[in-house]
Amino acid sequence: MADQILQWSLMATAVMMTIAIVIVTFCLLRGPTLPDRVVALDLIGTLTAGAIGVFAMSQNEPVYILVSVVLSVVLFVGTVAFAYYIEKGLEQ
Amino acid sequence: MIQILVSALMLFGAVFSLLGAVGMLRMPDLLTRLQAATKTGTLGVGFVMLAVAVHFQELGVVANSLLVIAFLFLTAPIAAHVIARSAYFVPVPLWKGTALDELKQAIDAQAADAPPDTTESEHGSAGETGRGRASS
Repeated sequence: MADQILQWSLMATAVMMTIAIVIVTFCLLRGPTLPDRVVALDLIGTLTAGAIGVFAMSQNEPVYILVSVVLSVVLFVGTVAFAYYIEKGLEQ
Repeated sequence: MIQILVSALMLFGAVFSLLGAVGMLRMPDLLTRLQAATKTGTLGVGFVMLAVAVHFQELGVVANSLLVIAFLFLTAPIAAHVIARSAYFVPVPLWKGTALDELKQAIDAQAADAPPDTTESEHGSAGETGRGRASS
């Protein structure tokens, strides 16, 4: 019974995460300005880290959590680099 | 019993992530959009990672998922602040209902103070204020 609930909610969580990522991808394509796109890309990466956690639970394979760790580290560096170059581009 | 706790945490996180995505779609402005994206994204993924920690119950996995949570909570506000600051100086258009723009007031006050200051503006944070003034 409890296992069935877990399986069901794993499926529901995966579906909701996928819908969220699709919506944010639409925002990435639409975003009127460059900072909007950077924010959307950051949110896509964060949601992907969560989705990998859900995948690790569904496969019962804890090694995949390391992917989330690395992804959340790299995302921060990427966002700060984008912000740095947006601000630097002003001076030209 | 553990499975039900894991399911509840996971569904809570998923609902938060979905709300963040909808807020990203619906908000009118970069700064409000940033608010929706950062807060709900961080909280949603934080709850999912908490569910991972409760589900596996091994020391290494718990440490890794708590590391993800700590890192998200540490870096998401910094990244949001950095991107909002650089976007403000692009400048990105603000929402027409924006009531208060304290950064603009601060920049104007600094610009009013600036003329006697120009000779010694080489040091300190003068580069920052100069950039703000040039673009405003």
